[in-house]
Amino acid sequence: MVSTLAAELAPLTDVSGILPLLWLVPLLPLVAAAVNLFLGKRLGRFAGWLAVAAVAASFLIALLAVRQLMGFSGEERLYVLHLFDWIAVGSFNVGVTLRLDALSATMILVVTGIGLLIHIYAIGYMHGDPRYGRFFAYMNLFVFFMLMLVLGANFLILYLGWEGVGMCSYLLIGFWFEKTLNANAAKKAFVTTRIGDTAMLIGIAMIVMKFGTLNFDVVFGTANSVLSKGAATTIALLLFAGAVGKSAQMPLHVWLPDAMAGPTPVSALIHAATMVTAGVYLVLRAHVLFEVSGVALVVVTVVGLITMLYAATCALGQDDLKRVLAYSTISQLGYMFIAAGLRAYALALFMLVAHAFYKGLMFLAAGSVMHGMHEETDMKQMGGLIRRMPLTGVTFLVGAVSLAAVPPFSGFFAKDAILEVANQTGHQWVYVLGTVGAVISAAYMGRLVFLTLFGRPRSEAAERAHESPLVMTVPLVLLALGAFALGLLIQRTPEGSFTQWIEPLLGAVPKGPLGLPTTIFIAIATVVSVGALAATWVIYASGRVDWMALRVRLASLQRLFERGWYIDDAYATVLVAPGKAAAAILAFRFDAGFIDGVVNSVGGGTRRLASVGRKIQTGYVRTYALALFVGAVGILVYVGLRL
Amino acid sequence: MRTPIAYFLLLSGTLFALGTMGVLIRKNALLIFMSVELQLNAVNLALVAFSRLNGNLDGQVLAFFSMVVAAAEVVVGLAIIVAVYRRSQSVDVDEARSLRW
Repeated sequence: MVSTLAAELAPLTDVSGILPLLWLVPLLPLVAAAVNLFLGKRLGRFAGWLAVAAVAASFLIALLAVRQLMGFSGEERLYVLHLFDWIAVGSFNVGVTLRLDALSATMILVVTGIGLLIHIYAIGYMHGDPRYGRFFAYMNLFVFFMLMLVLGANFLILYLGWEGVGMCSYLLIGFWFEKTLNANAAKKAFVTTRIGDTAMLIGIAMIVMKFGTLNFDVVFGTANSVLSKGAATTIALLLFAGAVGKSAQMPLHVWLPDAMAGPTPVSALIHAATMVTAGVYLVLRAHVLFEVSGVALVVVTVVGLITMLYAATCALGQDDLKRVLAYSTISQLGYMFIAAGLRAYALALFMLVAHAFYKGLMFLAAGSVMHGMHEETDMKQMGGLIRRMPLTGVTFLVGAVSLAAVPPFSGFFAKDAILEVANQTGHQWVYVLGTVGAVISAAYMGRLVFLTLFGRPRSEAAERAHESPLVMTVPLVLLALGAFALGLLIQRTPEGSFTQWIEPLLGAVPKGPLGLPTTIFIAIATVVSVGALAATWVIYASGRVDWMALRVRLASLQRLFERGWYIDDAYATVLVAPGKAAAAILAFRFDAGFIDGVVNSVGGGTRRLASVGRKIQTGYVRTYALALFVGAVGILVYVGLRL
Repeated sequence: MRTPIAYFLLLSGTLFALGTMGVLIRKNALLIFMSVELQLNAVNLALVAFSRLNGNLDGQVLAFFSMVVAAAEVVVGLAIIVAVYRRSQSVDVDEARSLRW
């Protein structure tokens, strides 16, 4: 059952055309980042356009390269570009090597394509910010690291990109670091993901121990014979721990809702469309290790499932627009991990792409709403915005409906296909819980949409909200088109369906004899999502239910959801408080008392000894001369006696 | 008839003893310095005498080295004395003790 297909692909050699220029894809954003970092202030308004131009050029090259790759047959679609040797110690060799295959090709198109739209949007959103140039420098730097992460042909390049995006995430969450809240959120994100990263680094070290190399080809090609089941499980779970941190899965999810403190384009690019999906990418890339283990796949499914349900309920209780979306992202990432755990890798990747579109769109639309309402994010203060800001409203609606998995929007194709695999392969518990998750997902999306876009304006700001400029709304419209049509398009492209494109690399989507007939299956999925939306319409927008009264009646439940089941509070008491206490003891008792005491007594002892010894020095030259003379005579006498 | 080696050594020893005495009892830095030179030349005399006794040039070569080093030492030493004099208007070594505890 173990797929060794990844190893059977032989890299293309002697390719001309655009593929050898692949190195330009990550390099251009890096160059633009460097220029903006050093000259950003001088460039003024052009800093943004420079960043956009770099990502646009990079997108264009990526598009042409992927087009050329698609020209080859499925088994040939692997291009490896060795740039230079990086670390060469004996037989251990790590090169800076890029690898373009179906998986990385899909990822670079998402990163540069969605990244481009978000960069354009950011020109409008960040307009007038005092650190305008630096913002785009960080954004471009992020794009560079993300591209290295997905293009790297060995674990070390992947890890380089992995830590790089983490750093950019830190810098951008804390971009408005004057507010303590933002600085703390940035710190929290960095520290929390580091927990996973450390485990991942140990996993990578184990790969070096077992295989003697970090190259994907060798590791995945020989994993089946080299690794025992136990070793494979250990390595796979360590890598998965990294994915859990980066993709904000339980129990390391706590950083993502707080990360919303960053500027909204950052939330869209890093904390929805790209960086948080790096964990999914890692599992897909290393799927051979997970399959050799077997147990690791079950762990992936279970973690994904728990996270998906947990985060969906949390999203139901949030009042802050962006926090709803943050919890929704965690939940959707859970679906991707469920798909990966069920070995439906192509579906996990498809959901990743679809999610990048509709969640990126929703964040940008939320940013547009905040822009129109003077940075207001409380949904209780909104309402009726679709009349005030029609473009934002309609595109927001498209994203929400897509996320709620209403056919034929792209989210439907993704979620439906994943649940169908669970249903067919006999994982009925996954199917049932996944459907429950779908109900909750549709419900929180309905709540979000009806509270913000429909009903009566509930504040003065909502009444006077204004539409955002074109530079912000055009990306919204493009993303909305993608979020709507992607599902239809990607199932049937001229080159075949998306799953066929992925199949030679990651294996076919599993099918089973079990399960419901397709029509009934689709009917259930449709009823679930539309029904949940309708129910939220009745509660929040029909005017027939006083949702404020309902909210007061269910206050404890609402509070449980809003506080994320008090997991943050539990961490604060169980982990953070003892940690702080221990640090205080170490700093004020151990360090100030013991360590400083030892150092000071050594110094004091030396001084006391010296105050005795220095009495010998009289300062009279003749004393020294006499000592010298006596010494010389003494030596002479000694030597003479020995002779 | 050759002069016996003992005469040379006697003269050399006397000169060395005088130099040592000068170093130990004088207060004036310049005089101490001259006494040191006396010691050095006493040693040079002994070296040359041994050279003659042994019939080779080893001792004379060493004496030349000794002179060169002595010349270099004079340069440094006199410079120090001048510096001390400029600072304290005196070359009395007993007064130059500001580095003492």
